Amino acid sequence: MLKILKYSFYDLMRSRWSYVYFIFYLLLGFVLLFLNNDVSKAVITLMNIIIVLVPLIATIFGVMYYYNSKEFTELLLAQPVKRTSIFLGQYLGVSGSLAMSLVLGLGIPFMLYGLLRSNAIWDFSLLLVTGAFLTFIFTALAFNIALSNENKIKGFGYAVLLWLFLAVVYDGLFLISLIVFEEYPLDNFSLIATMLNPIDLSRTLILLKLDISALLGYTGAIFKKFFGTQMGFLVSMAILVVWTLLPIFRIVHKAKRKDF
Amino acid sequence: MIQVNNLHKKFGKNLVLDNLDLNIDGGGIFAILGPNGSGKTTLIKSVLGMVVMDKGQIAVMGNSVKTNWKYRKEINYLPQIANFPGNLRVRELIKMIQDLRQKPNQAETLINLFKLEPFMDKRLATLSGGTKQKVNIVLAFMFDSPLLILDEPTTGLDPSALISLKELIQKEKAQGKTILVTSHILRFVEEVADEIVYLLEGKIYFKGTMDQLKTRTNQTDIEHAIAAIATEQEHA
Repeated sequence: MLKILKYSFYDLMRSRWSYVYFIFYLLLGFVLLFLNNDVSKAVITLMNIIIVLVPLIATIFGVMYYYNSKEFTELLLAQPVKRTSIFLGQYLGVSGSLAMSLVLGLGIPFMLYGLLRSNAIWDFSLLLVTGAFLTFIFTALAFNIALSNENKIKGFGYAVLLWLFLAVVYDGLFLISLIVFEEYPLDNFSLIATMLNPIDLSRTLILLKLDISALLGYTGAIFKKFFGTQMGFLVSMAILVVWTLLPIFRIVHKAKRKDF
Repeated sequence: MIQVNNLHKKFGKNLVLDNLDLNIDGGGIFAILGPNGSGKTTLIKSVLGMVVMDKGQIAVMGNSVKTNWKYRKEINYLPQIANFPGNLRVRELIKMIQDLRQKPNQAETLINLFKLEPFMDKRLATLSGGTKQKVNIVLAFMFDSPLLILDEPTTGLDPSALISLKELIQKEKAQGKTILVTSHILRFVEEVADEIVYLLEGKIYFKGTMDQLKTRTNQTDIEHAIAAIATEQEHA
């Protein structure tokens, strides 16, 4: 698997898009820091961007990479390599290089700005960790979609719809249901609804850590009430791990049964 | 060498291989023939484990295809359509496959034989169909494996490359290897094949030597014999 990972990773590192993505974050980091002049505020702004943008890029990159490397996959399948290693290697290659662009692209400007001396370092690291999680989750979801759809256009469409649903539509539905059912106790409902969407979950997680009650919102407040900051943090981290592992298991399962 | 028992494969509603049994003993060149869509490539891909069979067993050199991927170390495969990652250079591709298989190889000799040196630093996407097929052949022949599977090896080759290919195949045969070939070019088949396996509608319709085929169909040349065996089915 490591060899496949190596080749996928090199392949991506040579492609223009990894650099574009990396440079985008680099610029974003610098601009935010010099406009805000405050690391903590920059972290909040960054959160809002990361939470929407990272899933989008991961989904599109994941689907694109899968379809583009079809030939490579077919070549490898005839070689003495285990099937699951091929797909896991490619998956880790894509998600690894995306996560690296994110961490380095944002890490470098913040380091230069003097992050290590500021007390926002933990908030910032958490932001990068959730960003990396979102990359791994959405790349895995994208691979799932691509594995199940031979048709590129369809696969691409489903992937974008998935992102749109989780990043935008889901929140809308969530809010509407909170308003419609406001007379009922909604604590458990909103807890579960938050956990079922990795984007919402990441947002709650970061807000809990930042401890900004004004931005915490209803769900955040419930999270805090239920678990306390510490416990809520651990629970949401654990659920992010589950969110990463489930789609990976399905990649393995699907890949074993697919004809080429 | 290869035992296929009771092989079934459906793509959607389309039954491609229907209860197929095939036994190929070691040594010699076996041509798998049949009209378009008769299941030749599916059969080959099932042996390679690229297509997951619905029912049945396949064993290659005693190893079941389903449970163990390591048997592919003993197979060299030449795919029908040379699809390679386009942004890789020829040299990188050959290196990569060598790195994956970790076996002694004779890539240099083959590169000379097919005159590929000028293309070594070109990207695969820029190569012509015939040159891609030559790269494909280098990849398939560079390792020393007891079983070779060639799916339409002659596609796009110029006459001199075709001669080199035939010589290569004969050389491998002389070393006692087993070679499976599919081709629609019957003159090529007639020249190289020891035995013929004729596939029709997902079943083995005929298996035997060239002479057996000719006597069975009362024909003197292979083209007519193959045509006769195809129509024999229609009349039956």
